[in-house]
Amino acid sequence: MHIAVCIKQVPDSAQIRVHPVTNTIMRQGVPAIINPFDLYALEEALRLKDRFGARVTVVTMGPLQAEGAMKRAISFGADEAILVTDKIFAGADTLATSYALAAALRRLNEIEPIDIVFSGKQTIDGDTAQVGPGLAIRLGFQLLSYVSSVDRIDPEKREIVVHRRAEGGVQVLSSRLPCVITVLEGTNEMRFATMPDMFRAARFEVKKWDRDAAGIEDIRQVGLKGSPTVVNKVYAPQPKAVRAEFIVGETPMQQADALVTKLFADYPKLAVDLAAHLVSEDGAFK
Amino acid sequence: MSGALDTLADAAGGVLRKKGRRGQLDERYAAYKDVWVFVEHDRGVLHPVSLELLGKGRALADTLGVELAGVVIGPADEATRGFCSKAFHYGADLCYFVADDILTHYRNQPYTHALTGLVNTFQPEVLLLGATTQGRDLAGSVATTLLTGLTADCTGLEIDPEDRSLLSSRPTFGGSLMCTIVNLHTRPQMATARPRVFPVPEPDLSRQGRIIEHPLSMGEDEVVTKVLDFIPDKHTDKPQLAFANYIVSGGRGMGSAENFELVFDLARALGAEVGASRPVTHAGWVDAERQVGQSGKTVRPRLYIAAGISGAVQHRVGMEGADVTVAINNDANAPVFGFSNYALVGNALELLPALTASFKKHLSVLMDLPGQGAGEKKE
Repeated sequence: MHIAVCIKQVPDSAQIRVHPVTNTIMRQGVPAIINPFDLYALEEALRLKDRFGARVTVVTMGPLQAEGAMKRAISFGADEAILVTDKIFAGADTLATSYALAAALRRLNEIEPIDIVFSGKQTIDGDTAQVGPGLAIRLGFQLLSYVSSVDRIDPEKREIVVHRRAEGGVQVLSSRLPCVITVLEGTNEMRFATMPDMFRAARFEVKKWDRDAAGIEDIRQVGLKGSPTVVNKVYAPQPKAVRAEFIVGETPMQQADALVTKLFADYPKLAVDLAAHLVSEDGAFK
Repeated sequence: MSGALDTLADAAGGVLRKKGRRGQLDERYAAYKDVWVFVEHDRGVLHPVSLELLGKGRALADTLGVELAGVVIGPADEATRGFCSKAFHYGADLCYFVADDILTHYRNQPYTHALTGLVNTFQPEVLLLGATTQGRDLAGSVATTLLTGLTADCTGLEIDPEDRSLLSSRPTFGGSLMCTIVNLHTRPQMATARPRVFPVPEPDLSRQGRIIEHPLSMGEDEVVTKVLDFIPDKHTDKPQLAFANYIVSGGRGMGSAENFELVFDLARALGAEVGASRPVTHAGWVDAERQVGQSGKTVRPRLYIAAGISGAVQHRVGMEGADVTVAINNDANAPVFGFSNYALVGNALELLPALTASFKKHLSVLMDLPGQGAGEKKE
């Protein structure tokens, strides 16, 4: 069994600040991390390695600095790491990204057939959730997105059963290998790196594939050239034009009474509907 | 171009370009016109985001001077056909309808086949879907099959008066910045839109339209993935924040999981849902499902009460669609007061129990008034 895990190195968005005047990102000192959503995908793959002795290959497209993320994945227990990197990939949107990654995965598949491609449900910097579906289409694999658990897998019969998050509930789906699975957050917890794996990661030679090694056939479909979407404008979010009315009182109780009196006087329909809601079935607290 | 913008554009899924440098539209797309909205439904229930998008799509179609079409894909039954009528009531001029029992439950493969078939046959210039698990799964597959551009999770959709292109705006970098993305030279221009951002329009029940049926041209034996079961959320105990009319949220200022019970107390008194800011769900005081904001749920309640929430932009983008916001914070300069209607400066641990008591008192009076309580809604 061979599993490919697509990951991305991203800036830690929790530590990003925007310059208040120039609206530019202040990146100084912002650490690069593995996209947190991808860790759920990697852990799910490592669990299949534990169960079936699967080989786990992590794949990313990015600049040479992304080698850090690859070594980190090795320290968690991945077997192989491929960094798809070439200056012609720069400026890629999701369509161009899925083209380059799919080419590399096809090349990898020739070396050792892939049973499952895992990825996180989306990245924290782009937030698009589009590369996973794009890969499935380009590879001709079944797409299983927003998967919360892999319930059953039979590598011999090529069968898989998963729970998939849908609107208003969970779908239980049976499908066939090979497939692309995007993993929902919170489905597992990343293991700690073991000491031997950390030593292995430190010495590990991450494979670097340029356009030729990745088997890119049409360079017009990668990078900036292959991207139909472009960012036209960047601006600060418009603050909602509301000036809060400060409600005061001698005691918290008086302050609270003043608020409720004012609120219900300003929005009488809200008050009536709230009362009606409370006596209806919907008002029962969940 | 500055290095910062370079990276920003990269993150936003494209590259920043100056206006006027947009590519020429390929000739094979010249015939592409009309605005389409994918009408999402599951197990006989229409997703409200589709109504929101029909409202927005109507405005876009009027600006462009073209027709608005609903796209209804599903099983061959009356309920599904009924969604076409619903689309007309909410603004569509016509509906494309693919009816086949293979499409009973949402599955990526047959739905992708149905929607790409429609696009290739009838050629829309704009195709909008809800940024739901279904919409994003489907949009990503369809856009890749068609080799066209797709912008995810938009919160703004406008037409550029200069060249009639769709301007899709979305938050980036955790909501700290907004960016507007255009599709240069391919059609349709696709976007998924975040639910609860655009208002649901008033329906016009007399509106009618024409239905154009189209075959699926696919057999069940060609569909690899099968649906074995569906476990509805209402059988679990998950909070339903996205559609709650009344929400009480707590933030880091609550101090501890024990103190957070005061938020639940007020919510109980109002029959409201409980929300939380990111530090609270990260600390594990409440379930991650309750997180409101950029990396959590977007809500659009009639009343939003925020206690001990400072008002970071990541939280604000998730709740600024609320009709009325009441904020409680001990810091009179807290950012949250910059986008709230009412500000209570003080200790949330004292103010929450006081509010719970006060709301109970005022509401019990309203509930006792004949004709105004007991489920009867009066203007």
